[in-house]
Amino acid sequence: MRIVVLVKPVPDPASAGERLGPDGRLDRAAVPAVVNGNDEYVLEAALKLIEAAGEGEITLLSMAPTNAPETLRKALAMGATRGVHVTDAALAGSCTVSTARVLAAALGQLEFDMVFAGIDSSDGVGGVVPAGVAALLGLPYLSYAARIEPDMDARTVRVRRISATGYDLLEAPLPVVIGGTQALGEPRYPSLKGIMAARNKEIVTRDLGDLGLEGSSVGGAVATTRVLDSRQPPARAATEIVRGSPAEGADRIVDFLVERRIV
Amino acid sequence: MAAVTESTPPTYRLTEEQTLLRDAVRTLADERVAPRAADIDRTGEFPDDLRQLLADQDILALPFPTEFGGLGGELLTVCLAIEQLSRACATTGLILAAHELGSLPVIGFGTAEQKASWLPGMAAGKDLAAFALTEAEAGSDVAGVRTRAVRDGDAYVISGSKRFITHGSVASRIAVFAVTDADAATPRHRRLSCFLVEVPSPGFSVSRIEHKMGIRGSPTAELAFDEVRVPVGHRVGEDGDGFAIAMKTFERSRPGIAAQAVGIAQGALEVATAYAKDRRQFGQRIGDFQMVGALLADMDAATEGARQLLYKACVEIEAGSPDAARWAAMCKLVAGDTAMRVTTDAVQVLGGYGYIDEFPVERMMRDAKITQLYEGTQQIQRSVIARALLGKGS
Repeated sequence: MRIVVLVKPVPDPASAGERLGPDGRLDRAAVPAVVNGNDEYVLEAALKLIEAAGEGEITLLSMAPTNAPETLRKALAMGATRGVHVTDAALAGSCTVSTARVLAAALGQLEFDMVFAGIDSSDGVGGVVPAGVAALLGLPYLSYAARIEPDMDARTVRVRRISATGYDLLEAPLPVVIGGTQALGEPRYPSLKGIMAARNKEIVTRDLGDLGLEGSSVGGAVATTRVLDSRQPPARAATEIVRGSPAEGADRIVDFLVERRIV
Repeated sequence: MAAVTESTPPTYRLTEEQTLLRDAVRTLADERVAPRAADIDRTGEFPDDLRQLLADQDILALPFPTEFGGLGGELLTVCLAIEQLSRACATTGLILAAHELGSLPVIGFGTAEQKASWLPGMAAGKDLAAFALTEAEAGSDVAGVRTRAVRDGDAYVISGSKRFITHGSVASRIAVFAVTDADAATPRHRRLSCFLVEVPSPGFSVSRIEHKMGIRGSPTAELAFDEVRVPVGHRVGEDGDGFAIAMKTFERSRPGIAAQAVGIAQGALEVATAYAKDRRQFGQRIGDFQMVGALLADMDAATEGARQLLYKACVEIEAGSPDAARWAAMCKLVAGDTAMRVTTDAVQVLGGYGYIDEFPVERMMRDAKITQLYEGTQQIQRSVIARALLGKGS
């Protein structure tokens, strides 16, 4: 079983230091990068499938600035087999269409049964890249997967897709692109053994030339979208912290809500 | 000895691997260790559940070579783990530090057969190690050890007692230092030999568990050796190598105690900072009073200073610095004193709340004191540093 997991380094949402740069885009240098949360969920699902199958490999694929291997190291420590890092100065300012083209071109050079991607990323929250990749490759796209059940003999995969009333059961032939969320289950900590083992795992670097793409076909110059304006969210009002025993605390919270006619 | 040399470490920042490892241990410490810390202190019981947790998470495997089931972690990596565990609970940090201490004689000086026999069980965290050097009358004066090991055919017979032995009652692999040559003509530092005593062994017993001020969950035992027979194959190093093995061991174990101290200081700093942000008096956060803010600033700067000296010492010792003893002594000296001061000031920031067990800083202050005492008192560290500076003389 060969699974490629699309991985995006994003500014650490827990750092509380996200800020906008002068171009209205996220200032990626301002805070440390981490693996996008939804990508960790699909990576966890991939790791569980490989473990259950007793064989297989997971390749991480990332289009990201030059420092991405540091971030990928964690995903390797979780148990991925290797990494492919696409980086090129011409990719700065890429829109989601460019990103999908580049990832599709990189996938064209890899062998896989399934491509897993987080349904969206915590920085841009566009949510269209996995679908775009599938469309460019002419592959089925199964989104909002809450459970992934491949049948390698039949060369098919079943996915439970979350819906408003329960879940839909989808089936598609392999190869396939699958988008997932936290419904797949908590990602593991990298074990110490995994962290030390990641020392010897390979991260291959590819530039646009390696993928057979022209610098003029992707990147900021041909972006299909433009940031017109962006603003910091308003600061939150002061928080009132209730202390005391649970009983006292509950009384004070009820008083608070009653005063404001919320209950 | 070139005591005052400057050299550049291979990297100045932690590597991604070290950062990941530190964060993994920190998360584990926050989620699984911190909630147990107050209870461990109150009951004074060895947290075998946490020993098992550290074993399951391969944390106890860190210092051991990969060919014997370990993770092959460098000294800095081991210290990062000790620091993070100690930030939550100094007793738990000591599980790794003392295990490493007890294992170092075999890791560093054991034969291939000895390593193959003992290290896999130690790396798995199943066979806990201890280091038995100190005696009631031989503390700082290591060469004053009176426990004897007398050769009898293909065995040694060990008689005597050891005191203040960390993990003495829970370890099953104990590195014991005993006199094999009591001849007055033999130099004092050539009289000792090192033995690995497996527990249980006939004649070995735990005669007392100390009641301590801090690190209360870590059993500190008095051990009795009543004609304990150990095969010649359990002697680590040659006859007379004991003192040298102990001194080389301290070069790698003292940074572990410095890491424990830095972790305790960091834990206290975090509690004090959170309190100073939250606690309001005279209509403002107490941290906004300059006198409290200055206390916190000094605590932060001192902790970071001790941490950086520790990391630098680890890199130098790992690189085989001829000055390893000085680096080990310096980081332990600075970190131990820092932990004591920072935890004392943390209690000050919390005022009356710092003095009661509703907050963890009083425990941290009691725990910090041991880092100024064991693996060489601060006075011994200073004498090591001074000797490195001045040369050994004639």
